[in-house]
Amino acid sequence: MYNFEFEKPSTVADAVSALGGEDAQALGGGQTLIPTLKQRLAAPSTLVSLGGIPDIQGVCIEDDGSVAIGGATIHATVASEAAGSYPALAALAGQIGDPAVRNRGTIGGSLANNDPAACYPAGALGSGATIITNTRQIAADDFFEGLFSTALEEGEIITTVNFPVPQAASYQKFLQPASRFALVGVYLARFADGVRVAVTGASEDGVFRWSEAEEALNKEFRQDALTGLSINPANMIADLHGSKAYRAHLVSVMTKRAIEACM
Amino acid sequence: MPKDSGIGASSKRREDVRFLTGAGNYTDDINVHGQAYVHFLRSDIAHGRIKSIDTSAAEAMPGVVKVFTGKDFEGVGGMPCGWEVTDKHGAPMQEPPHPILAQGKVRHVGDPIAAVVADSLEQARDAAEAIDLDIEVLPAVMNMKTAAQDGATLVHDDLKNNICYDWQLGETDDAKVDEVFANAAHVTTLDLVNNRLVANPMEPRVAVGEYKPGTGDYTLFTTSQNPHVIRLLMCAFVLGLPEHKVRVVAPDVGGGFGTKIFHYAEEAFCTFAAKACNRPVKWTSSRSEAFMSDAHGRDHVSKIELALDADNNFIGLRTNTYANLGAYLSTFSSSVPTWLHGTLMAGNYKTPVIQVNVKAMFTNTVPVDAYRGAGRPEATYQLERVVDKAARELGVDPIALRRQNFITQFPYDTPVALTYDTGDYNGTMDKLEVAADLAGFAARRAESEANGKLRGLGINCYIEACGIAPSNIVGMLGARAGLYDAATVRVNATGSISVMVGAHSHGQGHETAFPQVVADMIGIDESMVEIVHGDTSKIPFGMGTYGSRSLAVCGSAMVKATEKVIEKAKKIAAHLLEAAEADIELKDGQFSVAGTDKSVAWGDVTLTAYVPHNYPLEVEPGLEETAFYDPANFTYPAGAYACEVEVDPETGQVTVEAFNAADDFGNIVNPMIVDGQVHGGIGQGIGQALLENCAYDEKGQLLSASFMDYAMPRADDVPFYGVDHSSQTPCTHNPLGVKGCGEAGAIGSPPAVVNAVLDALNSGGKAVDHIDMPMSPSRVWAAMNS
Ligand SMILES: Cc1cc2nc3c(=O)[nH]c(=O)nc-3n(C[C@H](O)[C@H](O)[C@H](O)COP(=O)(O)OP(=O)(O)OC[C@H]3O[C@@H](n4cnc5c(N)ncnc54)[C@H](O)[C@@H]3O)c2cc1C
Repeated sequence: MYNFEFEKPSTVADAVSALGGEDAQALGGGQTLIPTLKQRLAAPSTLVSLGGIPDIQGVCIEDDGSVAIGGATIHATVASEAAGSYPALAALAGQIGDPAVRNRGTIGGSLANNDPAACYPAGALGSGATIITNTRQIAADDFFEGLFSTALEEGEIITTVNFPVPQAASYQKFLQPASRFALVGVYLARFADGVRVAVTGASEDGVFRWSEAEEALNKEFRQDALTGLSINPANMIADLHGSKAYRAHLVSVMTKRAIEACM
Repeated sequence: MPKDSGIGASSKRREDVRFLTGAGNYTDDINVHGQAYVHFLRSDIAHGRIKSIDTSAAEAMPGVVKVFTGKDFEGVGGMPCGWEVTDKHGAPMQEPPHPILAQGKVRHVGDPIAAVVADSLEQARDAAEAIDLDIEVLPAVMNMKTAAQDGATLVHDDLKNNICYDWQLGETDDAKVDEVFANAAHVTTLDLVNNRLVANPMEPRVAVGEYKPGTGDYTLFTTSQNPHVIRLLMCAFVLGLPEHKVRVVAPDVGGGFGTKIFHYAEEAFCTFAAKACNRPVKWTSSRSEAFMSDAHGRDHVSKIELALDADNNFIGLRTNTYANLGAYLSTFSSSVPTWLHGTLMAGNYKTPVIQVNVKAMFTNTVPVDAYRGAGRPEATYQLERVVDKAARELGVDPIALRRQNFITQFPYDTPVALTYDTGDYNGTMDKLEVAADLAGFAARRAESEANGKLRGLGINCYIEACGIAPSNIVGMLGARAGLYDAATVRVNATGSISVMVGAHSHGQGHETAFPQVVADMIGIDESMVEIVHGDTSKIPFGMGTYGSRSLAVCGSAMVKATEKVIEKAKKIAAHLLEAAEADIELKDGQFSVAGTDKSVAWGDVTLTAYVPHNYPLEVEPGLEETAFYDPANFTYPAGAYACEVEVDPETGQVTVEAFNAADDFGNIVNPMIVDGQVHGGIGQGIGQALLENCAYDEKGQLLSASFMDYAMPRADDVPFYGVDHSSQTPCTHNPLGVKGCGEAGAIGSPPAVVNAVLDALNSGGKAVDHIDMPMSPSRVWAAMNS
């Protein structure tokens, strides 16, 4: 680790101004950033912790029934506090990492990081969530821009993530055996006006929506709706833990299981 | 009735209290006043020629004490190999130099190039970044088979090729072996890989070197399984120091699994640098460094052929193995694919003709050495996989095929150099069939199938050779060390006992089990006995702990020393009781005169030994005895394992549903500790079979260089184990009749898991012959769909 300054503001405005400094970086739970620093792969001059800002923590239900989660809310809080209002999302949060990770890592950090194998990006894209920052609102469909890249500007902070609650939803995560991130994860949400299927872990371009599956399910939400559909393996990730063909196959299996869970 | 103390009691592990409450004293807990920290600059290139190293900028950085490179070690020895293997043509193995810091070339990712000693670790790291390296990248030698070909790129330019040795054991006449196979009714052939593993003990390696200019004494604190071996190797072969000026301390050690047996460059470096810098020097490995500098395990590529006659008797076995040694010879690396592997190829079977062929290869990878089981898992895996495959090909019951070929007469001379003293392989198989409820398997399979899963049952037998010995034989086989052990039993005046042992406990529970033996022999409470280990300034010269040897070898020395103590104490008791020595009996801590009610307590005798007022003149005062013990033979634990798995046919995911082990460990001192050793070993075996994979790419980059990609088994990857060790054939040649239990689980379990997965797939109509470990979901799925 290189030396850095540390700030822990208590308001979003102070955090934004601290992040205006040269090479300043936001610190959520540090579950991704701290290991990176320890390996000397990043050298921020200042770390601005978002952990001391009460305004961006916690889970609440908005007037329109949507679930709003503060950007600095840890996974464990979502797992317990969203269990009644949005069980599929709470279940997703409850399957991230281990208890230590869940009690440190935050939803904002996970979305901002956009790891291609992370769970929350699938939850947000699958739910059609809105990512609210200190300056604007970004639809999930416009937020994820490929591996480790998002629509966030330098110094922009995720303050809230707003999830419309579907009639039924399920997250099916197939574990990468070592990291236990998603080797493939499928988040399926069934709304009155349509089905959304978001896939993580699989694609070289990061989280994506499987539109053919959505179309088929919109025609008829049936267990065998996917018959004849498959994902083109060409853009899938190939690594030690699975070939392109295996990941493409798992996308179908996990989607099928998500459908079953939503029947 | 289970005993509540002494031999046979499941005494609770007394050391666990300090381990579990954070009160242990590990090497990283040791900080010496004024210490500096070393950071090693390690190669990120697998194979390259060092053109230049410029350390001038680094030397000028804040806090830097000194920067070392290979040049600083030109007059110093390299890391030695402790076993010289002679190849099949009678030539000694090729033994390239292994410098403390790279000289001329870097040979694996992680090879240390320079070392920066600084006031703080961060300053050392900063300065290391300022070292200017010019390294010409050379093609990496990664594939063992191509590395063996003429004209292959050489890992070591001064060697004639990349083959360390081409070794053979068993039948030397190729024509005779060919004839056996030509006349066979059936031949089963299997190509397989024993996957490379990283031991990953919870505690990474640490070394603290200290030098006292006033006396010229060195102290090395290190995470070692065998402090005396480290002292001998470092003093005699590397640094040229007199042993009496060097103390090596291995305090609490957080797991070893073999990888902390070896003498590592970092240990010699810290000792050397402590004098060169005139400051204590400390190194603590990061987990990332551990992945690329701790010796790895396994990594064999083998072809095995089994010949059977028309009645399904095994009539011949031939193996051809490429064994990866990595870039340099680690301390005992050369012995693993040879004397710890080839000798085990008979397994539990009376196969009359066996030929084992091993080519040991240098490659641009981390050195490979002993890892829990060391050679014996590699042997067992080949044998038990080919036997299982033969059963499937012949359509016979795999248990019946094994039973039919079991060795049943003991002692038994194998065709591969061992003499099994005793055993009862049908006995452990009988226990297993009951414990694992094999009769109920069909019903369990039907239930799994009703849930859309495939269920498989895998059986495996193993034999291992533990407590490698005797010294005169292993010396003939090339060992450059003795393999005895030693113990000193020091009785204190008030009767409590300190036992200084050469074995080292790093998770095994010696601190509990060893006192059980001594207390039982005398008839006193276990709490009156304590062992001392891990410090060359306190203990006699013993060889440490590995190869399941501690109780069988060091425990035997301890028994001998205790016998000497009792013999002397009886003389004192006879004097006090005014009786003949021959009439004195010791029971429950009381010396009594046979046939009388006259007695004297243990504590009165021990006090008399140190306050010899009323004392036999011909007897020396004091009560302390040392014994060295060199075993007559190996011990041969053996057993039978059963694994049941479910396979998800949609994803290839394997789950272990049940695992039962029936082991014959001879006599047992602490059944709970033995169960725990088997549990841990099976956990590691399941890890190897399903999860762990140390993988390199073709450029020699380590792909599984962290826990993000190297899958360790976790609690939810393993089932509750059933362990039965009631089948006991005590070892015939050591005083306790014990055999050793530390490695059995890791040896016996991988083939059971693999056999179970293949059984599941075949039951589902997939004719899959073999899948290499680890049987990850993607590999199982690929095999099902090929
Ligand atoms: C052992 C382990 C297992 C894990 N398993 C999983 C898993 O199964 N599934 C999964 O999805 N993830 C997993 N993770 C990742 C975990 O969920 C992290 O919490 C997440 O990746 C990052 O969140 P964080 O709050 O720790 O962010 P940090 O590490 O603090 O920051 C990550 C990045 O986000 C930025 N950032 C942080 N907060 C904000 C914000 N509010 N607004 C804008 N930018 C911000 C930081 O500047 C940094 O660039 C695992 C991590 C570990 C260590």
